Amino acid sequence: MILIGERINAGFKDIANAIRTKDPTAVEKWAVAQAEAGATYLDVNIGAASRDPADMAWLVEATQNVVPTPISVDSTKIEAVEAGLEALDGRACLINSTTADPEKLERLVPLAVKHDASLLGLAMDERGSPQNVDRRVENAAMVFMAAIEGGLTPDRLLLDPILMPIKFMQEQAVNVLEAIAQFTHLSDPPPHISVGLSNIGNKVAERGRVIRAFLVMAMAHGLDAAICDVCDEETIAAVATAELVMNKEIYSDSYVRAFRIKAGAKV
Amino acid sequence: MTAIPDAKKNWPHPINSVTIGATAADGGTRTSTLTVGGETTLPFYHFEGTMPNPPAVAMEVWDVPGDDWPETVKAPFAEVMGDPGAWAKACVDEHGAQAICLRLKGCDPNGENRSPEEAAAAAKTVAASVGVPLIVWGCGNDEKDNEVFPVVAEALAGENCLLGTITEDNYKTLTALGTAYGHKLIAESPVDINMAKQVNILALDVGYPAENLLIYPSTGALGYGIEYVYSIMERLRIAGLKGDKVVAMPMLCDIGIEVWSVKEAKAPESEVPGWGDVAVRGPMWEAATATTYLLAGADLLIMRHPEAVRLTRRTIEKLMGGGA
Repeated sequence: MILIGERINAGFKDIANAIRTKDPTAVEKWAVAQAEAGATYLDVNIGAASRDPADMAWLVEATQNVVPTPISVDSTKIEAVEAGLEALDGRACLINSTTADPEKLERLVPLAVKHDASLLGLAMDERGSPQNVDRRVENAAMVFMAAIEGGLTPDRLLLDPILMPIKFMQEQAVNVLEAIAQFTHLSDPPPHISVGLSNIGNKVAERGRVIRAFLVMAMAHGLDAAICDVCDEETIAAVATAELVMNKEIYSDSYVRAFRIKAGAKV
Repeated sequence: MTAIPDAKKNWPHPINSVTIGATAADGGTRTSTLTVGGETTLPFYHFEGTMPNPPAVAMEVWDVPGDDWPETVKAPFAEVMGDPGAWAKACVDEHGAQAICLRLKGCDPNGENRSPEEAAAAAKTVAASVGVPLIVWGCGNDEKDNEVFPVVAEALAGENCLLGTITEDNYKTLTALGTAYGHKLIAESPVDINMAKQVNILALDVGYPAENLLIYPSTGALGYGIEYVYSIMERLRIAGLKGDKVVAMPMLCDIGIEVWSVKEAKAPESEVPGWGDVAVRGPMWEAATATTYLLAGADLLIMRHPEAVRLTRRTIEKLMGGGA
């Protein structure tokens, strides 16, 4: 399971403040905490806090200064993505994200190739968020085709079916599950499939339960990556347990611990 | 015409390399060291990855004479049994043992119940007689082993021996000794893949490094559950190559003790007409068992009969691409 730590995001006040004041303390704290929790990538996102690509470069540097973990450069603005990639010290990285828009694909696929990056593609296009399974699959196929034609291999591609808050769009969760199952047929071996996991729990009172139940169900449908709260031990335990049930890991009494060791977590 | 698909896999994680023995440069007195493991692919898949360290053969020596050893395997050591130093020397000088496994059978409370000091003396005698790395295997009685190993591990301090075994129920003494005196350890489980993983995690939990462990998944002689062990070793190896760090250890098989207790290796032809000369059959049984485990991923074999050792080393050489 590819675990992408969500916490270095200017949607959180401490990170927004860090960017504004250029005080890296909070960034460093979350970089270390998420790395020690076993994150595969650390997502780095300046969000709406800044329009300046230089801030993305600063945030990437603040993160990579304290941990060796690969970085997910997260922005809807291509200029910010470029600035983040340029700031990287040569470690493995992920571009988060492109959509199925041809204009975006034309620029971001070559950028991923140039920087040896993986690429996360959202199953949405200029028409907005998909409301059914077919639109998700159509968009994902667009991203997949462009990525493969552009020189990426399926193992460097992560497709995201767009997870929505269950409180406001309850019918979409099953559509996402079905879309995940269909994404797995795009190639053999399939591309990775990822969701922004916290979305489903937006404004939900029983947030943790909804997130973990969906996560396990999605894994059973083929999900193998998630942008999530990697510091939440119950979420990690749910992933470890799901991998166990799916016979992806050898059982041992301490299987959660074994999962954390494998993920490179501090144990 | 369609091209033949390339079935080669690129495994993400190599198996750990473990070195036993320490020369003077590293604070020991061995004249050679032995490194096992380090594979980046399944056994002998040279087309796909590398096996930087060929599987190795250690020979078994006891601190007491091997009274229950069948005649066929006792005969080559008739002159030296009872003298662990001379026995070990014969294994190395005459039969090409790459390491010596001293089994402290004499400490067994149901046998001679020898003292920890006597065990340490035997270990020092063997260490003085040969230059190859040493493996020291307890008598199998947890309580007694926990008394014996503190003295033996200290007597061999700095020699970077391989000591065994730790199990799910008994791992704290040996892990502490391994850390204190610089020895590697054998992690044992009873033909149970889940426990094989668990005992490694327990060792890690008390701070013993994963890189210093060998997995001993138990061994069955040919005809006695070998397929169960084989499939467990295969699964462990595949999981290790896929990146499961708590099972990415080299594997050890205790061949001799298992083979030389089964009828096929020890019954004289007079008892089993048609089975052929036991003097030929016994070593063949041991070599065939060893070869099977090599294909399952064994990195270190503990064996007894010189002819079986010779055949097995020849097999390894061929499987590694050497010889004709």
